[in-house]
Amino acid sequence: MSLRTSPIHDLAMRRAELAPERAFQAVGILAIVLPLLLLLWLFGGALVDAWPRLGWDFLTGFPSRKAEIAGILPALAGSAWLMALTALIAIPLGLGAALYLEEYARPSRLTALIELNIGTLAGVPSILYGLLGLEIFVRVVGMGRSVLAGACTLALLLLPMVIITSREALRTVPQSLREASFALGADRWQTLRRIVLPMCLPGVLTGVILSLARAIGETAPLITIGALTYVAFLPDSVHSAFTALPIQIFNWTSRPQAAFHVNAAAGIVVLIALMLLLNGAAIWLRARLQRRVYW
Amino acid sequence: MAPEENGTRRSFTSGAGLERAARAADATAAPPDAKMAAHDLHAWFGTNEALKGITLSIPEKRVTAIIGPSGCGKSTFVRCLNRMHEVVPGARVRGRVTLDGQDIYASGVNPVRVRRRVGMVFQKPNPFPAMSIQENVLAGLRLSGEHAPDPAGTAEKALRQAALWDEVKDILKRSGSSLSGGQQQRLCIARALALEPEVLLMDEPCSALDPIATARIEELIHELRERYTIAIVTHNMQQAARVADFTAFFYQGELVEVDRTDVLFTHPSNRKTEDYITGRFG
Repeated sequence: MSLRTSPIHDLAMRRAELAPERAFQAVGILAIVLPLLLLLWLFGGALVDAWPRLGWDFLTGFPSRKAEIAGILPALAGSAWLMALTALIAIPLGLGAALYLEEYARPSRLTALIELNIGTLAGVPSILYGLLGLEIFVRVVGMGRSVLAGACTLALLLLPMVIITSREALRTVPQSLREASFALGADRWQTLRRIVLPMCLPGVLTGVILSLARAIGETAPLITIGALTYVAFLPDSVHSAFTALPIQIFNWTSRPQAAFHVNAAAGIVVLIALMLLLNGAAIWLRARLQRRVYW
Repeated sequence: MAPEENGTRRSFTSGAGLERAARAADATAAPPDAKMAAHDLHAWFGTNEALKGITLSIPEKRVTAIIGPSGCGKSTFVRCLNRMHEVVPGARVRGRVTLDGQDIYASGVNPVRVRRRVGMVFQKPNPFPAMSIQENVLAGLRLSGEHAPDPAGTAEKALRQAALWDEVKDILKRSGSSLSGGQQQRLCIARALALEPEVLLMDEPCSALDPIATARIEELIHELRERYTIAIVTHNMQQAARVADFTAFFYQGELVEVDRTDVLFTHPSNRKTEDYITGRFG
């Protein structure tokens, strides 16, 4: 009985037991807060630098040798053309490949090889895609240094990501629903079109938009295929020469005059704003489409 | 003087004993025609042979229960009856399955057409989550792009047949997954019935349901047997005894015994059947 003088003694919390838990929590919080602060500092710095140039004139102006009147309209238009064309190329191809691999292909050595390749391709440095695009689209196919060649190259770059995210979205649709559809006498295509695709659409779209948000910041492949750095006109067809936001920024940062660096900072702010806009659109789309799908 | 029919029965069940012959005589006059029949049916998952030569008839407008321990091939068997087995990657079938005498595995047969005539209800209720209750019932028609002339009427008819109409008639626009488990399963039955199939396959339709919902489904099966040929897989022997006219006992991919349900449960002719129904294994 003497051992049990304090009834809580056995069960009481001991500080030493809690220490590892607390330590891990602290590390976790630090890992979140530090990068966020760093990003905020970078973005804040760019914003402060850019402030004097940010305005309607900057967005609607053409590049110039005088930093004070130079604008980014051709770069904005070029990026918009690129994104639209890239999406048009990458979505059908990527979704088609995902559908084939996930719904039609029987597991075999060939499909395993394809899957391995897709995973690897997602990690290939983007400049290699640029070199590939230069050889195939610009030279062999003869698209020249056009916005179409740029979009094809970016689409290649995005394909692995689009395929992977689409496959993940397809996998979230329970197998039991596919079986239910087959048992009702629907064929594979009807099942895909009316049951599977509507349910995985939010996931697919989110993946595509996030990939596009990454592509909009890509510089290396576009420089490789020969996007121009000084463009005083807007692209008027898919065969037009073009420039894009990151290239314009790259161009300005490499100028010696400090006034152009302010322009570069302003360009960066616009680019980041566009990326945030795309990410926001992805979140909004997903929320909206998911509401229609009642779980 | 014994009626003539009784006499013929006695010879029909030669050597089975007087008691059994008398019971057989109580049943419907002639043995019912086979709506579906499997002949030496083999099925594989990869290299694993799940069915090892099943020959079994599913009599028309009767309920046939298939019982047996887990992994005995009972689900695989019914999935072979509407060509759903082959949907699983690596699954193969060999043998013959006839529907009204026509081989559904013959070359040139479209599995989609087979499934329109042989409906199926799954173990777990699986209504389409993105569809309302009414859309779920009509899904079979909509999926294959058919235009239902009277969608509301078709849906009501199927829901009435599935004994769900009174519970959902005011909430037809609501999501199918907002219903309880038992209601969802009856919704799935309504969905299958809306296509007016001739045969209804039920793969452990009550195993995910509570006893009250189970009782409702069993009642429903009693009503449906008037119009449909039903094959039901169940691991619940009481359920087989309650709902089925005929019961088949499967063990390790083989058909051990099939008989009228009361005969199988009271006088099984095979030792393994007896061991299983008395709970000695399984």
